[in-house]
Amino acid sequence: MMKVLPNILFLIFFLLAIRFFVRNVRKIAANIHLGRPVNRFENTNKRWANMARVALGQSKMVKRPIAGILHVIVYIGFVLINIELIEIIVDGLLGTHRIFAPYLGGLYNLLTGSFEILALLVLFAVVVFWLRRNAIRVDRFRKAEMKGWPKWDADLILYFEILLMGLFLSMNATDSLLQQQGAESYMQAGYFPVSQYLTPLFSDFSLPTLIVLERSFWWAHIIGIFIFLNYLYYSKHLHILLAFPNTFFANLRPKGAFANNVTVTQEVQMMMNPEADPNVSTSDPTEEEPDTFGAADVTDLSWIQLMNAYTCTECGRCTSVCPANQTGKKLSPRKIMMDTRDRLTEVGIHLENKEKKEVSDGKKLLDNYITREELWACTSCNACTEACPVDIDPLSIIMDMRQYLVMEESAAPSDLNAMMSNIENNGAPWPFNNQDRLLWAQEN
Amino acid sequence: MKVPTLAEMTARGEKPEILFWVGCAGSFDDRAKKITKAFVKLLNKAKVSFAVLGTEESCTGDPAKRAGNEFLYQMQALGNIEVLNGYEVTKIVTTCPHCFNTIKNEYPELGGSYQVMHHTQLLKRLVEEERLQIEGGSFRGKRITFHDPCYLGRANGVYEAPRTLISKLDAELVEMRNCKSKGLCCGAGGAQMFKEPEQGIKDINIERTEQALEVTPDIIAAACPFCNTMMTDGVKNKEKEAVLPVKDIAELIAEAEEL
Repeated sequence: MMKVLPNILFLIFFLLAIRFFVRNVRKIAANIHLGRPVNRFENTNKRWANMARVALGQSKMVKRPIAGILHVIVYIGFVLINIELIEIIVDGLLGTHRIFAPYLGGLYNLLTGSFEILALLVLFAVVVFWLRRNAIRVDRFRKAEMKGWPKWDADLILYFEILLMGLFLSMNATDSLLQQQGAESYMQAGYFPVSQYLTPLFSDFSLPTLIVLERSFWWAHIIGIFIFLNYLYYSKHLHILLAFPNTFFANLRPKGAFANNVTVTQEVQMMMNPEADPNVSTSDPTEEEPDTFGAADVTDLSWIQLMNAYTCTECGRCTSVCPANQTGKKLSPRKIMMDTRDRLTEVGIHLENKEKKEVSDGKKLLDNYITREELWACTSCNACTEACPVDIDPLSIIMDMRQYLVMEESAAPSDLNAMMSNIENNGAPWPFNNQDRLLWAQEN
Repeated sequence: MKVPTLAEMTARGEKPEILFWVGCAGSFDDRAKKITKAFVKLLNKAKVSFAVLGTEESCTGDPAKRAGNEFLYQMQALGNIEVLNGYEVTKIVTTCPHCFNTIKNEYPELGGSYQVMHHTQLLKRLVEEERLQIEGGSFRGKRITFHDPCYLGRANGVYEAPRTLISKLDAELVEMRNCKSKGLCCGAGGAQMFKEPEQGIKDINIERTEQALEVTPDIIAAACPFCNTMMTDGVKNKEKEAVLPVKDIAELIAEAEEL
């Protein structure tokens, strides 16, 4: 019984980690489903290609070479070291030790050796990331929206990664010492080009102490990973999973093609076509709640926009290239995404508590999170969407919210109202007579 | 200047090669009208048969849509599409990247599908087809920096056509630190042209003008009437208007050809 106790414990931890992770994924999926429908399933070949290029291939990430290459290191390290995780989980469940070693032979040494080198590179990259945030203080990590929890979150993720890599290498160092000393069940396996330099730290310990240390590192490492997996839900780090669907479902049309508001098209066509039966769509006004024009809250946004919000990892490349932000305006595209996510989380919790009965909590994305001043500062230049390494579209949210302000609240700045009434009355944004459109041809 | 309207041509039973969509700025704004005229001179020189809509043209709706008034935008769009489809228009060229983008990308969903070109694209093609020759002339060796309009560049991926034309002038193309897909907005897009900017530390056009001044150009080249206004204002703010002209690509070529 005592012999299988660790295996049972491991199974419990493993199942708990999976259980909470599944619960978190379900919550995120449910929240994303609060968004309006939009079809992004056409052109699947192009979509796979976009995902392969942008998410898998990190093509937009490396446009800023320093952060980009360091990120590629962490990304490759993360993906490859996870191969080792399979062995760790199998060992944990079966009570074995390095179960793949006998089957893989020389390849096993190559793998463990590569993992160690990757772990070292990841450590290096993560330390540089920490320095960029805390010592060099790169401007985009210090904007207003990064105060408080977002700053903590970012640093915490880095500490987590340092800890996990440290535990991984310490585990290997003690393991190799135990192998050298011929400890029972520590067979000769693996190649340790990095952790061999850590062995002097542990060489004075007795064999039983070494076993305790090795086991502690092993357990701390895997439990750390289980915790990290479930920390994702509470952090900005979800991009490691959502970058893939987010780039798959990304907008593939030219960036200048803004979405056509179909609700408006129906109304306009009815107005312009006197023969259309006005009763068709209004036969039973209680049947369906009339659609709002534009977006005042997260439930007015599309599921793509909501997935965008969960995908955002707050790197701030969008904000650093935003002309409004660069010139000191309040608008920050990153904040638009962070606000959308925060509000969506709030709405999700609210709906859960109300047992799915949609009773408003009296708050909205507009005004309670995103101010009008931010929305009106946008030049729609698409610098933010171009810069985003995972194809997030903050601009579409800004445009949808402007639609709400103008079409539901008539709350445009007065200059814009003047421009719009000019278009309405004389077909140009300035007060000129449309009959004078060709006067230029007669001038010199 | 002889500018036929599509109505006149249709009445004569003629069909132009291409419709020139002049746009509101090109029709009414004093500075932009010069661009319009320069472009017409080039079309005439290249013997392109073209027509304009004249009083039948109306705002594409771009500023209304970007300001959030989808209603007004769609009313404008449907009105314009009715006119364009009525004349069975297939090819359109415009000197305004905003008109270009809206007609090319946003009209199809409302029933208006046309082949749309920005004037720099058409001019490049005319040069390639040897219908238009460009001599460097007065611009030989001049330092010209090109400001990418957002709605031409990032929005539609057109970066090379204007640059190819500048190189035909035998001028030295000098790039600002933010150019092409990283180009900095002039500050006019998204209906900002028609309102005061929000509170900040600087106006966007000043920031962009400073970037241009960094590369000490002799000329700032633009390809959008709104960018042109914003950059001209920026240069005036820096009191450089006497030495640093802001010119549309069409104006530069027309000038080189002494049209």
